[in-house]
Amino acid sequence: MNLFVDRYPEEAWIVRAALASSFLALFLGGIMGLIQGLHRTGFLQIVQDSTYYTVLTLHGVSMVLLFTIYFLVGFFQWAVTDSLDRSAEDIRFTKLWYFLMVAGTVMAAAAILGGFTDATNLEADVLYTFYAPLEAHPIFYIGLVTFVIGTWLAGVDWFRSWWAWKKEHPGERTPLRAFMVMTTMLMWYLATIGVAAAILFFILPWSLGLVDSVNSLLTRTLFWFFGHPVVYFWLMPAYMMWYVILPKLAGGRLFSDPLARIVFVLFLLLSVPTGIHHQYVDPGIAEGFKFVAMTNTMFLLLPSLLTAFTVVASMEHGARQRGGTGRLGWLRSLPWNKPAFTGMALAGLMFAAAGFSGMVNAGMNLNYVIHNTLWVPGHFHLTVGTAVALTFMASTYWFLPQITGNGVFSQRLGLVQVLLWFLGMVFMGNAMHRIGLAGEPRRTAEPFYDGVTFDTALGSISELHFQIALGSVILTVSLLLFMAHLFLSWFDVASNPAPDNGVIPEALSGPENAPIVLENLRLWTAIALVLILLTYALPLASIVSANGFFGSAGTLVGTAYEFAVSPFVGVVA
Amino acid sequence: MEIHRYETIWFAASLLLIVGFIGTITYGAVGVGVEMVDDSGGTVDPDNLGSHERFGDTGVHKVNESHYEVNMIAVHPSFIPSEIEIPAGSTVTFYMTASDVTHGFKLVDSNLNTMIIPGQVSEITAEFDEPGEYGFVCHEYCGSLHHEMAGNLSVVPEDEWGGVDS
Repeated sequence: MNLFVDRYPEEAWIVRAALASSFLALFLGGIMGLIQGLHRTGFLQIVQDSTYYTVLTLHGVSMVLLFTIYFLVGFFQWAVTDSLDRSAEDIRFTKLWYFLMVAGTVMAAAAILGGFTDATNLEADVLYTFYAPLEAHPIFYIGLVTFVIGTWLAGVDWFRSWWAWKKEHPGERTPLRAFMVMTTMLMWYLATIGVAAAILFFILPWSLGLVDSVNSLLTRTLFWFFGHPVVYFWLMPAYMMWYVILPKLAGGRLFSDPLARIVFVLFLLLSVPTGIHHQYVDPGIAEGFKFVAMTNTMFLLLPSLLTAFTVVASMEHGARQRGGTGRLGWLRSLPWNKPAFTGMALAGLMFAAAGFSGMVNAGMNLNYVIHNTLWVPGHFHLTVGTAVALTFMASTYWFLPQITGNGVFSQRLGLVQVLLWFLGMVFMGNAMHRIGLAGEPRRTAEPFYDGVTFDTALGSISELHFQIALGSVILTVSLLLFMAHLFLSWFDVASNPAPDNGVIPEALSGPENAPIVLENLRLWTAIALVLILLTYALPLASIVSANGFFGSAGTLVGTAYEFAVSPFVGVVA
Repeated sequence: MEIHRYETIWFAASLLLIVGFIGTITYGAVGVGVEMVDDSGGTVDPDNLGSHERFGDTGVHKVNESHYEVNMIAVHPSFIPSEIEIPAGSTVTFYMTASDVTHGFKLVDSNLNTMIIPGQVSEITAEFDEPGEYGFVCHEYCGSLHHEMAGNLSVVPEDEWGGVDS
């Protein structure tokens, strides 16, 4: 028996629990997405305009924090345990971080769901960016922090495994999957300093009434310190699948192990010192600081472009192993009948399109045209909504048997599901980008104003609105198929045996060819910290010196508190 | 470490693309003069806008024959003022701030786009050569009536212009 679930039953339990949480969030977030897609285009409005923002908060938090991160921790637990081939150091600790994340989720969800009823004072209509002084119930912030602490402890758990492994394998190269997990978690530790500081030092004390006001630009900047790298946190598990699972599914092996490692190191270095590119049109931040963030952002294209090469090269290698020939004829020899392969390949294709719209966003001056228009959610519905979500769903057709011991219910049904998701997102992504170019704002219940018209270069706004509504319906059908299929496979309704295909083949160019310095994670973390200091120290200092730590409404309580925490904040900044 | 020849070419092409992007943006800023919203507007106390020399006096103000200033406050769910009229052929500098939460401003069919953040002043300058009607909207969620927050900017022929507000 070579299945993960048979070798590591206790770890498999955690992986299953994390995936179940993830897909529950995906389902909830997806239904909210349908309500929004039909509401803002005017086709069907089943909630009040004011409730739309509660729906939008739930959609954002479910999708970008819960769905993605729960999947990540499950997948990373598998990657660490399987690639190091050792059990968790202490499974009780593993359960602790998972249940801490659940506790955080319950608190934050209670606050958001409270927005649907007047019966409680719970409310968190602040969207997933929670820009202060928009204010949520304190339990929302406490929940978010608890959830993040859960992920921190998960990282500790995986580092403990890695350190123990290294002791027993002196001089050996860290297996690729474990290396990817460690670099990603280091990036996450650096990134979450921002959101933790924003909430613990400023927003939470303010929402509890300990201080009178906040410096909006400061908390907003700290949010984006975290807010940009979080997109790489979602993306890294998807990249890991493209590097380690997709080549195998294509019938071959990864092209180059050392380059995969370089890509992950580049993400560790460059993910955080780019957050200010979300603030290109913010007042109070000098142009020079924006320029630095822009330069870093452009260099962050490099690891993604390298990934594009490796993924396609690995697929071609796989196709040729399967008998494919010709310059492009090999494409026909890929396993297009398998949902796990097809879904991931289509997700990668969509990610290429997302890369192009991302280059527009990253262009400081072009950004003026599309900032905060529907273009921006159009962009990230292709990144997190397709590249990540479709990869996660598609990989589940391969991954689920490894952790449940049951075969999937029907490959054909799975294929229909991934194709429908792709199709739905083609309509949705196309329409959102084009509506954004016409100037229609994002995050808006009813984008119909007196005296304001949005003109498109091609077609009409109403036709594009129809595409959004159509896209959301197709996506919902795909989501329901996925959930039904997941249920049928998980509970083994068809009694299909799990295929014995859990082994990840070695790369064509193996880890022994990688420069040894890549293993030095302390060095890379130190360089990442220096880059962060260079990018953020001056902007944060100037924001604080202009308006103080807590905005202009200083009080005795506020001043005393400011005095008490400012030394720590100085360290963070 | 061995790197495939095609991969080396790809790597070089990628770097070229990146440097090219940075180059065009630098040219846009230095050569063409596309300015970023930055810290030039300074800061303000959002709780005392009424006594502020600029925001105590919202609306259109004339600096000279061709240059006008618009002082604007964003407060959920309105822009103050929400109807703006300026003469064609003028340069207009907008000064905006928020008295409650973070808002946004986008003049549709233009590249005028800024966040409006409590405590900060957004300053943007634009030229309006031809008469025309522009809508503007708040593009950052600011509360339950966010979707009603919008206004209009009329650029009228010079001889039809009705003068400043005050």
